[in-house]
Amino acid sequence: MSRLATNARVVWALGMRSVRQTFRRPQLMAPIVIFPTLLLAIQTGGAGSAVELPGFPPVQSFLQFMLAGAMMQSLMLAGNSGGIALAVDIEMGFTDRLFAAPIPRFAIVLGRLAGTAALGLFAALWFLAIGLIFGAEVEGGVAGALIAIVLVTATAMAVGGIGAAVALRSGSASVVQGLFPLVLVVLFLSSAFFPVDLMIEPAKTIAEYNPLSFIVEGIRDPIISGISATHLLEATLAIAGIVVFGLLLSASALRHRLRVG
Amino acid sequence: MESTAALPQWRTNLATIGALMARARNELLRVPGAAIPGVLAPTIFFLGLNGVFGALTQLNGFETGTYESFIVPVSMLQGAGFTGAAAGVNLARDIEQGWTDRLLVSPAPRWVLLASNVLAASTRALIPGTFVLLVALLLGASWPGLVGLVVVFFMITAMAAVTACWGSALALRFKSQSAAPLMQAGTMALILTTTAYAPLALLQPWLRSVAEVNPVTDVVDAARQGFVGGVSWAETWPGIVSLLGLLVVLGAWALREMRRTAE
Repeated sequence: MSRLATNARVVWALGMRSVRQTFRRPQLMAPIVIFPTLLLAIQTGGAGSAVELPGFPPVQSFLQFMLAGAMMQSLMLAGNSGGIALAVDIEMGFTDRLFAAPIPRFAIVLGRLAGTAALGLFAALWFLAIGLIFGAEVEGGVAGALIAIVLVTATAMAVGGIGAAVALRSGSASVVQGLFPLVLVVLFLSSAFFPVDLMIEPAKTIAEYNPLSFIVEGIRDPIISGISATHLLEATLAIAGIVVFGLLLSASALRHRLRVG
Repeated sequence: MESTAALPQWRTNLATIGALMARARNELLRVPGAAIPGVLAPTIFFLGLNGVFGALTQLNGFETGTYESFIVPVSMLQGAGFTGAAAGVNLARDIEQGWTDRLLVSPAPRWVLLASNVLAASTRALIPGTFVLLVALLLGASWPGLVGLVVVFFMITAMAAVTACWGSALALRFKSQSAAPLMQAGTMALILTTTAYAPLALLQPWLRSVAEVNPVTDVVDAARQGFVGGVSWAETWPGIVSLLGLLVVLGAWALREMRRTAE
C-alpha cells in the first residue's frame, strides 16, 4: 500500500474515532447540537420582531436569517469540543501511543480535524433540515445549500485547528474548556446573530472586522438572498486565513508536545 | 463541652446543613477558578445580547429605552441557573466518587442532605448576580432602587434553589456527570422561554404561548420591574408564588430520587 493510502487510512480511522467519541458522550454532543438548537429556537421566538426594524435586510423570516448563526455557533463549539477530546487523549496517554506508532505526526492532528469537519457537516445538515422543516427556504436553491454546507464544514476544520493547537500546547482539557467563553465572545462580536448595521457600538465596529462575520455572510447569503461571488470569496479568504493561523499554531504546538512528551 | 448527641434534632440538622454548606464554600475558596465560568457565562451573555439585540428597543411595545435595563435581570437569573446546574454537577461528581454514599449511611435525614446542596447554590448565586449587576450599572443600566434590588436578589437566590433541585434530581437519577448538559439545557430553557428577550406582545406566537404558561415568566417580570419602572406588590407576588411552586415540585422530586438512591 502506498504511503499516501496508508496516511489516508490513519486519518480516516482517527476521524471516525473522533466522531464516534462525540456521539457517545453527551457532554461533547450537547454543545454542538442541543445548545445551538435551543438558542436558535429561543432567539427566533424572542427577537423575531427584529425583522421589522428599519435597515434589517430583506428576509423571509428571522429563522432564515439565524440559520447561519446557529451553524456558526455549532461549528465553533465542535472545534472546541474536538480540542477538549484531543486534550483528554493527551492526559490519558493515548496520544503518546500514537506518537510511538509508525505514522506521520500530522496524520494524528489531521485525523482529529477530519472528525471535527464531519461534525461541522452534521451541524450544517442538522440546521438546514430544521430550517426547511420550520418553513425557511434556501433562496440559492440546491447549489446555495451545498455552498453553505461546504463553508460550514471547512470552517469547522479551520477552527478545529486552533482548538487542536491549544490542546497540544497545554495538554489540559480544562484549559481548552476555558476557551468556551471566548468562543461565545467571538461569536457575539460578529454578525452571527444580527445584522452588523443594527448592532450597538463597540460590538458593531468589532463585528465589521471580525473574520467570522465574513464567513457568516458567506454562509447566510445563499440562504437569504442567493449566491454572491463577493461574499463567497470573502468567506473563502477568511477561512483560508484561519486555516493558515491554525496550521502555524498546531505545528508549533506539536513540536512543543514532542519535545516535552 | 456540649456533645452533639445531647442536641435536639433540629439543631443537629442545622449543624449538618451548616457543615455541608461550609464544605461547598471551601471548594469555592480552594479552587476559586472553578467559579469563573459561572460568573463569565452570564456576563458574556449580558454583554453579547446587549450589543447584538440592543436595537430591539426601537420596536413599539418596549417598556424601556435601554436594553441593558431590560436584559440585566435575565442575565442575573441565568447566572443563578448556571449555579444551580453546577450544584447538580457537583452532586453527580460526589456520587461518582462515593462521597454521597457515605452521607447516605449517616444518620442525617435525606432532606437535610438536599437542603445543604440547595442552600449552598442559593448563596453562591449571589456572586454571578452581583458581578453582572455591577457590569450592567457601569454600562448604564437603570438603578433598580433599594426595594427593586431586594426583589431581584430574592428572585435569583430562590431561582438558584429551584435549579439546584432540578440539577440534584437529575444527578441522583443518572448518577453521572454526563447528565450535565441536561441540567444546563433545562435551566436555560426554563429561563429563556419567557419574556427574556422581548415583552410578551413582541414574542413570536409559539414562544408567547410557552411564555404565558411558563411560571418563570412571572419571576422574570418580578425581577425586572425595578429596572424598567416602579416596584409593586402586584408584580412581585406572582413571581414568589411561581418560585414556591417550582421549589415544592422540584424539591419533592429531588427528595424522592434521593430516597430511591438510598434504597
